[in-house]
Amino acid sequence: MKAAILRERSGALLLVSPVIIFLAVFFLWPLWTMVTAAFVDDAVSKVLPRTAASIVSWNGQGVPSEAAHKALVQDLKAASDEQALGEAVRRLNSAASGFRTLLGRTIPAVKAAPDPAQVDLLAVDPRWNDTRFWVALKEAMPPYTDRNILAAVDMKRDASGGIVAEAADASAHRLIMLRTLLVAAMVTIACAVIGLPYAMLTASVTGWKRSALLLAVVLPLWTSLLVRTAAWFILLQNEGLINRALQAIGLIDSPLPLIFNRLGVVIAMTHVLLPFMVLPIYSVILGIPRNLMSAAQSMGAGPVRAFWRVLLPLSLPGLLSGSLLVFMVAIGYYITPALLGGANDQMISSVIAFYATGTANWGLAGALGLILLVVTTVLYAIYGRFSTPQQVPGA
Amino acid sequence: MFRALQTTFGIAVVIFLLMPIFAILPLAFTSSVFLNYPIPAYSMRWMHELTTAEVWRTSIVNSLIIGGGATVLATVLGTLASLGMRKGALPMVGLLRTVFLLPMVVPAVVLGVGMQIFLVRIGLASTYLGVIVAHAVLCIPFVIVSVSAALQGIDPSIERAASSLGARPVTVFRRVTLPLALPGVVSGAIFAFATSLDEVVLTLFVAGPNQRTLARQMFSSIRENINPTVAAAALLLIVGTLCLGGLGALLRWRQGRKTAAAVA
Repeated sequence: MKAAILRERSGALLLVSPVIIFLAVFFLWPLWTMVTAAFVDDAVSKVLPRTAASIVSWNGQGVPSEAAHKALVQDLKAASDEQALGEAVRRLNSAASGFRTLLGRTIPAVKAAPDPAQVDLLAVDPRWNDTRFWVALKEAMPPYTDRNILAAVDMKRDASGGIVAEAADASAHRLIMLRTLLVAAMVTIACAVIGLPYAMLTASVTGWKRSALLLAVVLPLWTSLLVRTAAWFILLQNEGLINRALQAIGLIDSPLPLIFNRLGVVIAMTHVLLPFMVLPIYSVILGIPRNLMSAAQSMGAGPVRAFWRVLLPLSLPGLLSGSLLVFMVAIGYYITPALLGGANDQMISSVIAFYATGTANWGLAGALGLILLVVTTVLYAIYGRFSTPQQVPGA
Repeated sequence: MFRALQTTFGIAVVIFLLMPIFAILPLAFTSSVFLNYPIPAYSMRWMHELTTAEVWRTSIVNSLIIGGGATVLATVLGTLASLGMRKGALPMVGLLRTVFLLPMVVPAVVLGVGMQIFLVRIGLASTYLGVIVAHAVLCIPFVIVSVSAALQGIDPSIERAASSLGARPVTVFRRVTLPLALPGVVSGAIFAFATSLDEVVLTLFVAGPNQRTLARQMFSSIRENINPTVAAAALLLIVGTLCLGGLGALLRWRQGRKTAAAVA
């Protein structure tokens, strides 16, 4: 009997293991790569290991000893990986501007020298007398850094290593995070205000009316997100259908600004996420025994009172899980704000995409991504506790 | 009074939900260069553009290649996993399920950043295989949800009956379990294909210029210079999705008839 169970178990394991391996390699590992990109900072120490060992003991005053100079020359002579060297130069140049030209002169000189022991850095370029460059070199040596995660929340380390706030005009990550939360909250509230009565209405009617109301929710869900975003573009633009209609009936004289601003983003996101609010509430309301309302009324509660004291409290779990779902999806939104928002409506995802694809700043993209990932995971965990496991987004 | 208010509200929300979808479709046949109403005259100009312009044609072909690859990969892996999790022989099935559904929850941009760095490291950046694999990660949850639901609906006594009549486990699986689960597998595959077709964010991060998909092309077209080709592409996507959905419904209906006939 035991052998049979064991056989069944190993059979099941055999079936599940391909997905486990696939997701471990192509889902969890990439996420881990992103997290490490935020903290690993070994571009320089990888290329200049001898310098790293030698510069540790330097106190940061003046210029390091002859031994550090020799180590640097040896490292540069030995560096054969062009790409790694290029990354190290980029990293150093971002810490101290001018490093690129300094190394651009030093590296060929070192490479050309027949005997590295004879090379005098100061003779190659007098800027090696500048403490600034050596400090940048020393600070780039530790293989791990908290620079990115601090920069993600607008903080940095000062000269003495203490954590201080970034200058107010230098960085706006906190502002963008707040904006992300604000937009997500606005969308969630809009979805709740429309979705709760709509779900109640859907549950209260029967027959073709219910089918039609449900179809109206499910049809957009089946439609491509890009199609819906493009459609809102058509509706909201200055010569779009909405502005034309309002002008035609004489409500407005000049077009309302509906696109490339916060309003356009919230309208389109509400449209996209409304099904995620309606469906959980609807399924909760369907589970409420219908006779509860008539029972309340037979005991003397008016329709309003019966609604307020019976139906509304009983549909709250649906409202809660719908709101969590909408909020969770909304904070990670990229496409809709990117296409319908203005410069001041870009959310955290846009900033991450900018650092990753625009400036190749993986460290900062990874740090901001980590924050978004943690917030989303926490919300998902809360959502999982509040709702039944069958309710899966999109399914 | 209250009833009228209810009806108005219901109709207003239905219009809000459906208007965008119906507003974009006629513009696929406009003769104007602007993606806007009124339509001066109807023409096939933009449908022609969609099927002949190099960027759009390649992007459609790319979408089919990548969508097909991701669908096959996700359907095979997802179906195997659903079968493995079915009987409850594994410990911690709940945890496994949660992990399998995570790709739906993790923000696409976050996965995109990690995927981009990772694929560069293993040498798959800007390759078809890389994009297919990335899409398959997103598709797997849909397959697992759909196939698991179908498997849950199978009455275990049918399989027990088959084995008591002398069928070996392989035969039971091939002749009983698989045919009964097939509609779930097919709708999982349809979901997977639709997901891949609509994917933009991951594609932005991992695809090179040669792997531009239709959705990616629409994204940059809306962003840079919007013209009615976008509406033509939207029509193509909607019709494509409807055909796929219709196919799935037809399969389910035929399956239902067959089962009913078998029971009768």
